[in-house]
Amino acid sequence: MAIEVESRTPVHDEDGRAVEELVLNVGPAHPSTHGVCRIIAHLDGEVVTRAEPVIGYLHRGIEKMAENRTYLQIVPLTDRLDYVGSMYANWAYCRAVERLAGIGVPERAEYLRVITCELQRIASHMMSIGSTGADTGAFTMFVYAFDVRERVVELFEALTGSRLTYCYVRPGGVAADAPEGWLDDVRRVVGEMPARLAELDRLFFGNVIARGRLKGVGVLDVATAVAWGASGPVARGSGVGWDLRKSDTYSLYPRFDFDVPVGERGDAYDRARVRLWESVESCRIIEQALDQIEPGHVHAPGLPRLLKPRPGDAYDHIESARGSLGVYLVSDGSPRPYRMKVRSPAFCNLALLPLLAPGHTISDLVVILGSLDPVFGEVDR
Amino acid sequence: MNIDELREHLCGTYPDLCPLFSIEFGDGVLIVDRGRYWSAAKDLKDLGFDRLGMITAVDGVDDFEIVARVTAREMGAHIFLKTHVPRDEPAIETLTDLWPAADWQEREVYDLFGISFRGHPDMRRILLPDDWVGHPLRKDYRDERIIRRPDYI
Repeated sequence: MAIEVESRTPVHDEDGRAVEELVLNVGPAHPSTHGVCRIIAHLDGEVVTRAEPVIGYLHRGIEKMAENRTYLQIVPLTDRLDYVGSMYANWAYCRAVERLAGIGVPERAEYLRVITCELQRIASHMMSIGSTGADTGAFTMFVYAFDVRERVVELFEALTGSRLTYCYVRPGGVAADAPEGWLDDVRRVVGEMPARLAELDRLFFGNVIARGRLKGVGVLDVATAVAWGASGPVARGSGVGWDLRKSDTYSLYPRFDFDVPVGERGDAYDRARVRLWESVESCRIIEQALDQIEPGHVHAPGLPRLLKPRPGDAYDHIESARGSLGVYLVSDGSPRPYRMKVRSPAFCNLALLPLLAPGHTISDLVVILGSLDPVFGEVDR
Repeated sequence: MNIDELREHLCGTYPDLCPLFSIEFGDGVLIVDRGRYWSAAKDLKDLGFDRLGMITAVDGVDDFEIVARVTAREMGAHIFLKTHVPRDEPAIETLTDLWPAADWQEREVYDLFGISFRGHPDMRRILLPDDWVGHPLRKDYRDERIIRRPDYI
């Protein structure tokens, strides 16, 4: 952690003694910032009085690049948004294109999308829970969570050939049907999953040190969560039952029976635990989808290679592992979008950091940042 | 709540907003004048739209279009609030006093489009460095480092 003293503003403690405020520059390249985020932390002793995130270190101008590419060429760009959950950005983008161009999606493709995206949710949440463990000194948790994640990533590797940027969901369907036996592999892996997740729950969330480090840290109340547009596990950890799969349902989600876990206290512990229980619910969804899926097309037949949607604009969104991920597309009738905007949940959730951090110690600042689960590919775009 | 119920609810409460409401691609759209933008947003908030999803802008060459998407969680309804901002005077009222969620999103619009939001508590660039010249998502933005893909389609 590089220490840079930027200003020396004299402040006084309650007894009137002059003390100095320390401005600590955290990041931008530091493991505890979960990517390339810089935080300017104003410290009174060890307690944070003000924390200002400085973002943009990973800004690649994906929205600008999209204006220069055809609709199909943009799919790989969306992989690079949330690189821990590429499937979501693929799907949100494809939904917006499908709405704009009026494309129907075959049922089998929708089932494959649900299965892959729920697997992705488990993989992404394992990354988050694992790094929460690493942030609080429980590196064992990191390794155990990555063991679970690895099984999902292996499935994706068999399906798409990639381990991180899948480019699987395409406008009108998915890239290819599942290879022979892949769905059976999914059933086997998902069948073992709840026991592993319960093990993680005992290992970490029952641990007295983890509870001490996470409980009561970075409490976000319901009103603030709604007003600041928080979504995903960050909002649900505070008890806001806002999940697009239920509240603004899309795709095949009405066909599945699942619960939306919510927290009570809105602290880092509840946010992390909501992620764990969501992973269990994802297993339930995947098992139902595996029971229901039937053979069929995986891509809309007769779709032209070069899409030219009629002029207009369309917005569509999905519930990603981080929250409401939306894509807004404007078409002028040409083969390239006139404008693409990604409504990034990580960006909106990270805006809460200056509210949550004051009053906590510098080591808790790292925990709070981790509990917001930002992925900087998506924050900076 | 479906889109027709939303239209009825809106028209019953705010008759002057009714003719400005339309439906595009299944979404409710409310296009207002620049002077009515903040008050229309306030009306929507009073109607129960408690969540601001996104604010963005589109460079329409003649002017900029501001697009805000708000959600009423109780009603399960969404609406797009749109307005136009002239190119020679790119400024509009902020929505941060209604929904604090607008804070970073308006900074992003300022950063990439150069539209400033009046009354915003912290109107600075957010994604690009502070000394960046120009606003990249404007259609007339020029940078010799941009390599345009060949027009092979």
